[in-house]
This record gives sequence, structure tokens and C-alpha cells, in this order.
Amino acid sequence: MSMLRNIWKDKLAAISLSILAIVLTAGIFAPLFAPHDPNEVNMKLRYAASSWEYLLGNDHLGRCILSRLIYGIRPSVLWVLAALAGSVMLGTVVGFLAGFFRGKVDAVLMRVCDVMLSFPGYVMTLAIVGIMGVGLENILAAFILTKWAWFARVIRTSVLQYAESEYVRFAKAAGAGSFHIIRRHIIPVTASDVAVVSSSSFGSMILQISGFSFLGLGVQAPTAEWGMMLNEARAVMFSRPELMLAPGLTIIIVVSAINFLSDALQAALDPKLRTSTSKAAEQTSAAPAKQLLGKEVA
Amino acid sequence: MGRYILRRLLISIPLLVVISFLTFILINLSPHDPAELVLQAQEVPVITEELLSQTREELGLDQPFIVQYIEWAASCLQLDFGDSYVTGQPVWSILGPAFLNTLKLTLVSVAVIILLSIALGVICALQEGKLVDKSVRGFSFFLTSMPSYWLAALMIWYFSVKLDLLPTSGMNSLASYVLPVIVIAISYAGIYFRFVRSAIISNLNEDYVLYGRACGLPEKKITGKILKNSLQVAVSVFCMAVPIILGSTVVVENVFAWPGLGSLSIKSILSRDFPMIQAYVLVLAVAFVLFNTLSDIINAVINPKLRKDL
Amino acid sequence: MNILDVKNLKIWDGSTGRTIVPDSSFKLKQGSCLAIVGESGSGKSVTCRSIMRLNKGSIRQSGDILFQGENLSLLSEKEMRRKRGKNLCMILQNGMRAFDPSSKLGVHLKETLDQHFNWSKQAFTDHMAKAMESVKLSNPVELLNKYPHELSGGMLQRVMIALAIALEPDIIIADEPTTALDTISQFEVVEQFIRLREVMGCSMIFISHDLGVVRKIADDVLVMKDGEIVERGTTQAIFTEAQHEYTRYLVSSKLALSQHFENVMGGMALADR
Repeated sequence: MSMLRNIWKDKLAAISLSILAIVLTAGIFAPLFAPHDPNEVNMKLRYAASSWEYLLGNDHLGRCILSRLIYGIRPSVLWVLAALAGSVMLGTVVGFLAGFFRGKVDAVLMRVCDVMLSFPGYVMTLAIVGIMGVGLENILAAFILTKWAWFARVIRTSVLQYAESEYVRFAKAAGAGSFHIIRRHIIPVTASDVAVVSSSSFGSMILQISGFSFLGLGVQAPTAEWGMMLNEARAVMFSRPELMLAPGLTIIIVVSAINFLSDALQAALDPKLRTSTSKAAEQTSAAPAKQLLGKEVA
Repeated sequence: MGRYILRRLLISIPLLVVISFLTFILINLSPHDPAELVLQAQEVPVITEELLSQTREELGLDQPFIVQYIEWAASCLQLDFGDSYVTGQPVWSILGPAFLNTLKLTLVSVAVIILLSIALGVICALQEGKLVDKSVRGFSFFLTSMPSYWLAALMIWYFSVKLDLLPTSGMNSLASYVLPVIVIAISYAGIYFRFVRSAIISNLNEDYVLYGRACGLPEKKITGKILKNSLQVAVSVFCMAVPIILGSTVVVENVFAWPGLGSLSIKSILSRDFPMIQAYVLVLAVAFVLFNTLSDIINAVINPKLRKDL
Repeated sequence: MNILDVKNLKIWDGSTGRTIVPDSSFKLKQGSCLAIVGESGSGKSVTCRSIMRLNKGSIRQSGDILFQGENLSLLSEKEMRRKRGKNLCMILQNGMRAFDPSSKLGVHLKETLDQHFNWSKQAFTDHMAKAMESVKLSNPVELLNKYPHELSGGMLQRVMIALAIALEPDIIIADEPTTALDTISQFEVVEQFIRLREVMGCSMIFISHDLGVVRKIADDVLVMKDGEIVERGTTQAIFTEAQHEYTRYLVSSKLALSQHFENVMGGMALADR
């Protein structure tokens, strides 16, 4: 909670957090916020400029752009968040098992991670979509399958670091069960690391999923999705470039907000990272290239 | 040193085998019957049971699984990835040139990214906390939050259509490289420049810098040491940038109609051309592993500390 | 005769405005050793770096630092650089981190000596080998071709002392040179410092929070607390008739520790090491 308070002090982070809160709320309660039905075609209003009734104007089928943006939050942000949660959960479980039990369990799980990480994320996603077919759910499934190994690695390192700490050793010596130690002593301290890695992936995942939809691999028409909206706008890019603005800017604002928040989160945790043992610092500096593997932009 | 390189190369072999195996079974995970897909792709009007079993035989699908894998892997080693379901041409005759085109785009982009991120990283690190640093960082944040295809579309609209300066798409001349490279560089330079910046800053605070100064070494020499040590870390990162970007030019290639892997993969996915998809995944995964190995080796060569464990 | 005379030294952080050392004046006698003791964060290191004018970015300083009558605060950066190493030589706490990790040890030593002397390669090797042997580093030529991570912290500490010997400075500033070492290396390094003073007769500022080491090596002691000098005097006086409460606290806690040590060792331990 004190971390949250620290972040709140940072103005930029506070603004980002508010933007995200608004976007998430608007997405969950889309029918309440959207002024119109996002799929209501109105040929009379094709390419209409913004008006009081249609604040952001209308698209090539006369649909309300604002409403489509609001409904688009669901696949573009909420479902991505769900996929992120899924892969973080999977990664956390694997990371904990590997980091806590060490030995053979660790070796086997890390080899599996190595294999998963040796497929570039994009390629893996394309492969899965290629085999399973086009659609949002397949991309989300691909995200979960491709990202978990990365989270598992990070969480394992963090667990290893804390599992060596004095109080955990003490708890072990005092005869506390593994499960109890994990739940009471390790989960709380690694939670912040998990927050940092997952938030930094969130932004790039949103960019990626909109990219896949833009390419026609994700959400299918007429469902409103930001990448899809840009894809539709691209068809008339030369005559009506203004249609690219609203969805593009929306993506930029949301992703920027996430990135700023992630940065603030990292900064808030930095003092703790600094006091961590130099051994851990050396480990991370030895594998900087691998650190950046998680960073792929659309 | 030689022993380390050999060992590192040997370690990557089992990984390559596992990867190829995974790529192979990917196709078997598909809910569709490959034989049926071939016939559909070749637009055979009526698919009979007889025709299906005949196609299966042609494709070798009637043999035991492991035999199929070994045969497939053996032919892959000779760059024979089978024939495209759609055109019937050998996969490599289409994939090879596309791979080369993507590689060209990637290498040019990585070169630009390296120059840009080192230049910006050095400037920002030396001006840490000052206006230049803050504004460059803020701006880079903004740029990395931008969907690359959106940026690409805007650039096409402005530079190619409005100003008519550069080609909108294709790969016809050197000018064709300009926009795609700018878009890729903008999307990635932000990440790599931050990396260089923080590497330099952490080196600036190292004791060896203080000691060098305390020994009366000129600032030029000290800056040299800082750059050497921080770029050492960056070399392996830049090395990994090649396969990462190789695998993620998909979107940009599609916007600019670049005749590379990205365009090819989307086309193959939409037409369910499985051998093509399979070869695409395999080629990129192998490239990834090879570059990973290369980056580890380079790291060990330039970083004496890591050499210790050889 | 005072070789160094620091007058009204004030050090503050330019970015936050926080004062680190409000107003500090002290003198270093020719050929003597001045110890500065105090807890970490008391401003000892910052004070010494100010003498070398080597504080980081946002840290500012004012006041006069007279070295052999010359005011260091007024020198240009170029003139100051010529003094560093040649006249004022620093020895850092952590030998493991004091050398460029990606170059062989010899590189740094050669660069430094080239900066101040016009020696041939042979002369460099001879001087350095002699200096290294005098601090009990055997096979000096082999060591020069090693990377810092291939040596122990104690050895690197002695390499720094050897470099100081080769440079023949007027003042050596040692910033907690024994803190990062284990007890045996600590003993060896302190031994080298004592010899260094005997052989070269140079003046020394010795920062430490280890009163045992200070008692062995220093002539005079400054006690710092929260950036202020709370007590000064000869080593003897500090240990026997400390005026300030804080000094008495430091001395008594040191005594308690060594008494505890003696008790543990059954009174066999060498007193007051």
C-alpha cells in the first residue's frame, strides 16, 4: 500500500493511473458509456465529421467512432489483461516451483523455459494463429503460451533471491511447511517484482494484439477493436486520413499511460533493488540480452 | 576460448533438435487434415476418400510419426521444406528470397538503431537529469507507445502522398528502405537507447571512474573506459536485436508491402499453407538460437569476467 | 610545517540544497598521519574527495584548501589533474571495483605512470615490479597481465598501495582501505600502510571507522559526526582523555568489542589489534 502511495505522489504516474482506471471502467461498462450501438450502420452519416451527437464522427459505414472505441476497449485492453493475468499466473507457478524446490525440478522447468524462449514471441504467435486459425481467442491463447516462460524466469530469479534471505531460512529451520513459507513469506515480497514485469509487458501486448488485428489475424469484422478500426481506416487512408487519428491516439494514450505507470512502479521499487545482493545484480548483468527478450514492440 | 565456443555450439544442438521437433508437431496439432487442405488449396472440386488416401501417401502421412519427423528433419537440413500447398512450388524457392529481403531490412534497421541508441544513450547519460535527458526520454516513451503500423501509415500519407518524396511501398530502390527503416528504428531505438543510457550511468558511478580520476587520468581516457565497459554489455543486446527484429517486422512489412517474410507469413496463414508456415517458424527459430549463441560467444570474448568460467 | 591546510570547507548538494559538511577546518602536518573517524554518512569520504576535488556531479564545495601553500580551490581543472596522482594519491575502499574490469591491471598502472612520468616501458616495469615486491606481491610481471577479477580484494588493495609507492606522492588519502577486507588481509594491508609511512615518509589522511587500525597508524585523529568535526587531538589523547561524548562512545564501544574478543579468546588474543 505504501508503494501505491508513493506512486500517487508522482504526478505523471497519478495521471496514468487515472487514465487507466477510466479506460478499464469504460470498457467493463461499455453499454453505459457508449452513446450509440457500435455496430449500428447509418449510410447517411458516412465519414461525417464530429458533431454533438457523434463526438468523434462516423466511419465508412456511418458507425459512431466513439462508441466503437469504447466497445473496442474490451478486446484491445480487457482481454489482453486477462491473457496477461493467465500467463503471469502460469509463469508464477512455474517460477515458484523452480525457485523454491531447486535441483531437478528447477533444471527441468528452466530447460522447458529455454525452449519456449528460443522461439521469438511474434513468430510463435503467428505459428499458433496459422495452425489454429484466425481469431482473437487464438491470439490470446498464443500470448499465454509464449509469455509465461519469460515471467517464470524473472519470478524464479526473484524467488531464489528471497529464498536465501535470513527470515526464510529461519522459517525453514523453525519447521514451517514449504507451502506455508511460500504463501506467508515469499509471495508478498515477490509480488512487487511480478507487478513490474507484468506491467512492462502489458503495453507491448496491447500494441501487438492491435497489430495482429490490423493484419486481419485477430478480431473479425464487425466487432469493434482498435487495430481493426485502423485496418478499416487504412483502406481510405489517402482520401480520409483523419479516420486514423482517433484509434491511433487512443492506443498511444493507453499504452503511454501503462508504460509511465510501469516506470513509476520500477522507480518506486528501485531502492529495494539497489540493496539486493551484488550477486543478484551480477546475474542480471550477465544476461542483459535475455532481459530485453520480453520487449517486443508491434 | 576455443573450447568455450565449441561447448557453447554443442549446447545449442539439442535445443535445435527440440525446436525442430516442436515445429514439426505444430502441424499435427492442427484441427485440419493436411491432405484435405492440400486438395482444397489446389482447388480440387470433389474430394473423395480415395483421393485423400492417395494424397496422404504422396505426403508420407501414412508412415509412423517418428519416421515422418526424421525424414522431414533430414530434408530440412538440405533446405528442402517440401512444396507449398498453394502453388506447388518448393517452399525454399519462395521463402529463401523473402528471408533475404527481410534480413536486408533488418540489418539496415539494426545498424540505424545501434547508431541512434548509442548516440542518444551517451548524450542522455552524460546529461543525466538535465533537460536534454528528460525530454529525450519522455519523447522516446511516447514513440515506443506508438503502434508501428500507425506511424507507418502516417509516414506514407505525409512523405509519400502529400510530399511525394519517397515510394509508398515495395522494395525497388534504396529510397524504399527509408520509411520502413525509420519506422522500425523508432519503435526499437527507444528501448535500446534506454539500455545504453542506464549502462553508462551505472558505469559512471563505478569506483574505477573515481580511481582513474584520482590517479590524474585525463577525462578523455576515462570516458573511453566508461564507453568500453558499458558498450560491452550492449554488444550482446544489439546482437539479439537482429533475430528479434527479424521476427517482428511482420506488421511493418505488410504496411509497406515489403516482399519479405512478414508479408509471406501472413499470406501463408490466411491461405493455410502449412509447409510454408512450418518453414517460416523453423527458419526464424533457428536464426534466434544461432544469434543467441553468437551473442553469448561475443560476450565471452569481450568480457574477461565471463571468460573465467570457461 | 603543514603540508595541507583546509579552511572553512563547506560541502553541499547543489540539486537538493542539503548541506553535507557545514564548516570544516583542519591541518595535516608534513610527514604525519591524520585519521578521520566517524560513522558511515558522517562526511568523511566527501571531505577527502573535496580535497581532490572529485565529488560527483551535483555536489558543490567552497572554502580554501592550501596544499604546500597553494590554494587547490583556485586551480584550473587541468592544473588540478596534474596534482592528482602525482601529489595527492588516493587509495579506495574496494580494490575489486577500483580497476577497470575489462582491462588488465597493467593498463591502468601504465596509463597513470605515463601521465606523470616520462618512463620507458622497461623503466615502468622495473619501478612497478619493485613497488609491488615491496608490498609483498610476488610475480609482479605476471600480475600486471591479469584482470582485476582474477585477484583477491587484498591483493588489489596492495596493488593500489604499490602504485602509490611508484608515484611517490606528497599526500596519500586512504578511504577506508581495510573495510572491505577479511581480517587476515586487513592485517597485511595495515602492515603495508605502516611500512609505507616508514619508507616514504609521506603524509597521509586515513579514513576509517576501525579505531583499532587508527590507533596503530595515526598520529592525530579527527572525529566527525553529521558533517561536523566534534573532536580533534593526538591519537593518544583521543583514546585516553576524549572530551566529546560521541568520541567517548566510539572508544568505549571499541573497548567493549576488544574486551569481548579477549574474553572469547580466553585472554590469549593480542591486546588491541
